[in-house]
Amino acid sequence: MGNVNPTQTKQKKGLFNFMGKKILLKHDHIPGIRSYDVYRQHGGYSSVEKALKTMTPEAIVEEVKKSGLRGRGGAGFPTGLKWSFLAKPEGVARYLVCNADESEPGTFKDRYLMERIPHLLIEGMIASSFALGASTSYIYIRGEYFYVARILEQAIEEAYANGWLGKNILGTDFSFDLHVHVGAGAYICGEETALLESLEGKRGNPRIKPPFPAIAGLYACPTIVNNVETIAAVVPIINEGGEAYAQVGIGKSTGTKLISASGHINKPGVYEIEMGITVEDFIYSDEWCGGIRGGKKLKAVVAGGSSVPILPADLILKTANGEPRLMSYESLSDGGFATGTMLGSGGFIVMDETTSIVKNLWNFSRFYHHESCGQCSPCREGTGWMEKILHRILEGHGKMSDVDLLWDIQEKIEGKTICPLGDAAAWPVASAIRHFRKEFEEYVQKPSSIEDVKHYYRLHEEGTIS
Amino acid sequence: MNTNKEIKFSDESLALVHKLMKRYPEGKHKSALLPILHIAQAEFDGWLSAPVMDYVAGILNIQPIEVYEVASFYSMFNLKPVGKCNIEVCRTSSCWLLGAEDVIRHIEKKLNIKVGETTVDGMFSLKAVECLGSCGTAPMMQVGADYYENLTLDKVDNLLQRFKSDGKRKSYTDKAEKRSL
Repeated sequence: MGNVNPTQTKQKKGLFNFMGKKILLKHDHIPGIRSYDVYRQHGGYSSVEKALKTMTPEAIVEEVKKSGLRGRGGAGFPTGLKWSFLAKPEGVARYLVCNADESEPGTFKDRYLMERIPHLLIEGMIASSFALGASTSYIYIRGEYFYVARILEQAIEEAYANGWLGKNILGTDFSFDLHVHVGAGAYICGEETALLESLEGKRGNPRIKPPFPAIAGLYACPTIVNNVETIAAVVPIINEGGEAYAQVGIGKSTGTKLISASGHINKPGVYEIEMGITVEDFIYSDEWCGGIRGGKKLKAVVAGGSSVPILPADLILKTANGEPRLMSYESLSDGGFATGTMLGSGGFIVMDETTSIVKNLWNFSRFYHHESCGQCSPCREGTGWMEKILHRILEGHGKMSDVDLLWDIQEKIEGKTICPLGDAAAWPVASAIRHFRKEFEEYVQKPSSIEDVKHYYRLHEEGTIS
Repeated sequence: MNTNKEIKFSDESLALVHKLMKRYPEGKHKSALLPILHIAQAEFDGWLSAPVMDYVAGILNIQPIEVYEVASFYSMFNLKPVGKCNIEVCRTSSCWLLGAEDVIRHIEKKLNIKVGETTVDGMFSLKAVECLGSCGTAPMMQVGADYYENLTLDKVDNLLQRFKSDGKRKSYTDKAEKRSL
């Protein structure tokens, strides 16, 4: 299985405009692509020219709808549809806010894109803001990416200097300002309403929806919040047309997706894949992950960032019906949560046969406990209890009833909170028990690696300053 | 300690603060709070004391509590003094799978401090943090603006040595010295 030929990968015909399968990272290999001059030499900012000179905002929204582009941050909501919800009351400012808070464990694709090709995001922001009628937009980037924010700031300066930002861009009526805004460390700020609160200079507590940001978002004005990768994808959609983009990929999973591959694999990194390649190819082909480290066996995969259900090797490679599992929204969720998972953010975490599912779950649960904003009781209390019970099991003081107790707690969190952090904390617990219950019971009966856990728990107690 | 001297931004920082405030619409200048707190933390010894936060509140013309409640929410703001090099080791997910705990233990032993502590000479602090978006280059740690990735214990030793001989305070707002991606 180690030498799967990448050419066996399912291909689609008629990709005349998208040579190869790389769309966003097409120019990634070109030296100096980070700079304005090189980016421009390779066709950069042509989507802005096309949009401002030959298209109406409505026509752009239409192209995005036709493209079938879905939100790349995790939820996968159709972008064109989201855009069409934007309220347009007279005399009220509208905003586009780019979600560059990337903090879903296992996800690092936006950082890669912004660091390597910052002008692609800026170009996408200009064209998208024109489509939405926004005259000021913000890129909200997580604080830890401070150095990436600097790269963006520099690129924005270059864009101003070359007339792509500022007043009357390309001599049209469209004037537009773009700013970078740095966060300060909080997973929850990746949730769009928490992000808006944070951008307003407040704690990142998610807002109750409705009203949705498209009606009342930043400063209570109509606002669209889109992920970095989503906004970048608007550039090729404008350049080549929505239909051409929709020809790439499979079914309702159109286009390409940036996958952040990490864990026990030979070649971790960011890969742009055409949706529809098989999971097996992605893991074992040398074009992508290059197989499991040290020739070990695959045990489990978290396919879309820490929040999505974990799947054991057999179910990630094949669906319950025995079909090959594909890298697409539909195929990964085939079988629902009983036997499937989600594409999520594309944070693809691979675990080999030596991984303890129970310890890994405890690591995840500690994360969610730490990151819960504390607004909703089920999440604030439940995440803490899940972490404590998992710790108890790992320390050798677990009871057989603890497994059921964990199940009960996650059920009482899911769907009962203002924002999806509660669900995100519940799903890993539910899926780990669903697929690896035996391992939990073994830990209760015969605990192992207790020393490691003691040490780590102490880190948590002493190390949590925030 | 920064409570003993007059709290006032340098001219350069103050100019930057005013530039940042202009990025937001009229009357919405509170939006600049997080970016300004980053500048304040970098300028005033790596942490946010109550007087520093009061000073920032004054600049933005908001109540001090509006600054305290925000500063205490975000993990990058230190509400207690930290060492010149605040070493933040990622402990989540892929970093954990690939040996973050070994890195943390090693640094603890090397510096003779525990997570959450500062060395007696005030040079180093150690913190375990959640996912920093560097999973493909795990394990990793952040010091100031820089990501140090694909860590080995030898690499950690060399870095600690370098930070020590360099002796400078590291801030998030510094220019990053290297890029690994």
